[in-house]
Amino acid sequence: MNLGLALEELHRSENHLAHQLLAVAERHEADHELFHLGRDLARWSQDHVRRLAPFGPRYGVDLDPEPAGEPRLVARLYEAVSDRLGRRSAPALLLLRDLRSLHLAAVGVSVDWEMVAQAAQGLEDTELLALARRCHPETLRQARWANSRIKESATQVLVTG
Amino acid sequence: MPRVDRIAEPWGTRTPYGPGEEWPTRVDQHLADGVGEDDVDRWVQAASILHSNGDAMDVAVKDGRIVGVRGRAVDRVNRGRLDPKDLYGWQANGSRERLTRPLVRRDGRLVETDWDTAMDLVVRRTRELLDERGPGSIGFYNTGQLFLEDYYTLGLIAHGGIGTIHVDGNTRLCTATAAAALKESFASDGQPGSYADIDSADVICLYGHNMAETQVVTWTRVLDRLAGPNPPRVVCVDPRETPVARAATVHLAPRPGTNVALMNGLLHEIVRNGWIDREYLDAHVVGFDELAERVAEYPPDVVAGICDVPADRIREAARVIGTAERLLSTVLQGFYQSHQATAAAVQVNNVHLVRGMLGRPGCGILQMNGQPTAENTREAGADGDLPAFRNWSNDAHVEDLARIWNVDPAHIPHYAPPTHVMQQLRYLEEGSIRMFWVICTNPAVSLPELARIRSILSQERLFLVVQDIFLTETAQLADVVLPAATWGEKTGTFTNADRTVHLTEKAVDPPGEARPDMDILIDFANRLGLQDKDGAPLVKWSDYEGAFEAWKECSRGRPCDYTGITYDKLRGGSGIQWPCTDEAPEGTERLYADGRFFADPEYCESYGRDLLTGAPLDPDEYRAMNPSGKAVIKAAEYLPPHEEPSVEYPFALITGRTLYQFHTRTKTGRAPQLQAAAREVWVEMSPGDADRLRAREGDLLEVTTPRGRVRARLRISGIRDGVVFLPFHYGYWDAPGRRGRAANELTPTDWDAASKQPIFKTAAARVRRVRWSRRGRSAAPTTTASAPARGGVPPTRGGPAAEVQETLPAAGGPR
Repeated sequence: MNLGLALEELHRSENHLAHQLLAVAERHEADHELFHLGRDLARWSQDHVRRLAPFGPRYGVDLDPEPAGEPRLVARLYEAVSDRLGRRSAPALLLLRDLRSLHLAAVGVSVDWEMVAQAAQGLEDTELLALARRCHPETLRQARWANSRIKESATQVLVTG
Repeated sequence: MPRVDRIAEPWGTRTPYGPGEEWPTRVDQHLADGVGEDDVDRWVQAASILHSNGDAMDVAVKDGRIVGVRGRAVDRVNRGRLDPKDLYGWQANGSRERLTRPLVRRDGRLVETDWDTAMDLVVRRTRELLDERGPGSIGFYNTGQLFLEDYYTLGLIAHGGIGTIHVDGNTRLCTATAAAALKESFASDGQPGSYADIDSADVICLYGHNMAETQVVTWTRVLDRLAGPNPPRVVCVDPRETPVARAATVHLAPRPGTNVALMNGLLHEIVRNGWIDREYLDAHVVGFDELAERVAEYPPDVVAGICDVPADRIREAARVIGTAERLLSTVLQGFYQSHQATAAAVQVNNVHLVRGMLGRPGCGILQMNGQPTAENTREAGADGDLPAFRNWSNDAHVEDLARIWNVDPAHIPHYAPPTHVMQQLRYLEEGSIRMFWVICTNPAVSLPELARIRSILSQERLFLVVQDIFLTETAQLADVVLPAATWGEKTGTFTNADRTVHLTEKAVDPPGEARPDMDILIDFANRLGLQDKDGAPLVKWSDYEGAFEAWKECSRGRPCDYTGITYDKLRGGSGIQWPCTDEAPEGTERLYADGRFFADPEYCESYGRDLLTGAPLDPDEYRAMNPSGKAVIKAAEYLPPHEEPSVEYPFALITGRTLYQFHTRTKTGRAPQLQAAAREVWVEMSPGDADRLRAREGDLLEVTTPRGRVRARLRISGIRDGVVFLPFHYGYWDAPGRRGRAANELTPTDWDAASKQPIFKTAAARVRRVRWSRRGRSAAPTTTASAPARGGVPPTRGGPAAEVQETLPAAGGPR
């Protein structure tokens, strides 16, 4: 059975998404909505990591319940740059690139949850299925948010920027 | 006929009445010193421009000047009463500081010029930007104080002519969450309730709504019910001891930023005790199960910990609400300008939906406005939305609008939501917006984090146009200043918070060369050569009544249908509530009678947004969720505020308003009685916090946040422990050279993701005493929420200059 591998991948991708949300938030501190929402939405992924961990042993893998550390030094450097570049349009292009990768990362996590949910149904693991039902909608909200931010920003950045 | 000092007694004389009775009339009148009724040449019909209540009045004119006002007894909104701001505020019209000629910046200084020079400059810069950078380089930021006709014209020029998506009003600061919450729950804007619901409600809940100061006359109506037989019970949610809190059966004073937790706690009790209307939910509502699941996580003991409100008091409030037979709820800035604004306001709608209390007498929701014409900003599209509550993500609606405007549908920007003002500022900061046209609002004092705002608006590369009646702090930064006419100087219509449309007529000529806002905008459109798709001028009207008739066609068949209203119909009688059509020629008291909503996927204004992320729903998602157009219950989880008190910044800072001033005091600060009643900024703290700081009434304190500092004298008031309050009205126009006076030096740049309304009620601050006061007092009024908690403060009085004649119904006569 390969479900353990899928759980490991989901655990990794949630950790990665949380990390990326925090990093993007800090990089674009001058974009206040992105800054605050990036941090708010990272909480969901961190919460998913914690909830997922207890299912590891059931499928023969070891999942750390502690979400991976917050981005520190590199992000802080970016933050300083963000403040200084706040008046230039280069960060706007960077913003689109970051939102694009956030969206793709969230969609990746969403696919991981779908696979895990499918397996949980096959195994009649109702607890794991309940976890997927609880967490997956939040992942979709993360993805929709990143997508909506792209739609809002793209015209201004690409046409007027 | 009693004469009442309406500075000392803002709500005037009681006229008690009982449930289901008609509210008695009381006609308030104030004339200039030395002017008697016989001296008045003529009375001209108008409505209030200094708050959102929509009080109808007649303006007294003598020798071509305004000399006073009198309430209109015939009107459904106020039955003759007037707010002190209206009784005295008209004096600002005649101020010698009015702008009378256009100004342009030459060698760094603003100098007078003529209209041709100023307008040519504006048109030339617009043309250059359109050629070089496209419509996305131009932004409009307007107001909640123009007339319906001005807004509709502005929306046409900006959306249909220039084609920019960057249009917003300062209604973003006051009423955006009201609109957003209504769109979430009912899929369309539109006030469900009516002020008349006060006449029959048995429970009135005010959520973050200090109605006593923001809608003085409607609070008078509540006071008259409270003084009469079988009075309603009142529930108040407010961290300050407002006049509403003092009149309340239950007062909840939550920690700032925790409204969603509190509402979930109340809903938890309502659901758990079965105080719900199953039949109504099954027939008319989607989403109840999700709510029941969500609020199960918020029992009163948990909520008590989050909000720092006793669990028993939450239960008591829930019992009052849950056992109400006719429930009226009102909501304002305590929710709208706080953390998770839309999510909290939506939970108030949810209370009414689970209790099935909508669309009948006494059962209403009033998601309030702050400004007199904010409703029109929303309806006519000057807040960026499409006019008449059309849905920007519904192509059929855009095509319909394009037909009415005779433009290509592709030219009306609808590829994304309209750009709200805080995002426009971001584009200004980055330099992608290069021209910013500010109409009748003062962002250099009213927006958060003023150091940032000033720096953005002062940029060399930015072309700033300001259209106003005084040289505001914002106008002082402008490249071109256009002098406008105001209330009393032009004829037009506007609509209050309960959908009542009023006509307000021209009483006097504007000063000097000042011109009505719509005339300025049409002049701009014509000089720029804006055309429809057949090459005819884009704007087809040249006067306000023409604009109104065009607007009526645009509103036909939409929720805010004005087709049954004419200027003539509004003359002489009462204001009329929309929708007003051939079928409802006298208007419509309440929306959503019989559980019918505007929520059909093909008809609705909005498919809604994610309450937490603000992401708009796709049409298909909405259709799947709500195929038959029911009301929508949306649940929300509580999230902690983004800036919480800490060791370094131990207080929660909230900003707000006082009864005697409006906005940045451009008008009220020039009315002597109002200015004297609240002449200077103050800071409020609780007795316990003041003692810990060893500070007394009148001591000069310094309030600091990571953004800046403000110095103000202390008023020890009934505010809850751990919270400091600053009024936001005080800027720098009457204190040149001074720094650290405006509350918004301190506020954070943060907004609700769903409504985009900036957050003014969740910041962390520290406070220190700068110096003792010997006998100094703060300028805080004693009559309002800032009433002193301890004695020894002389009461706020207006004296003879503030005396108002109140005409009460004859004793024993019909009420």
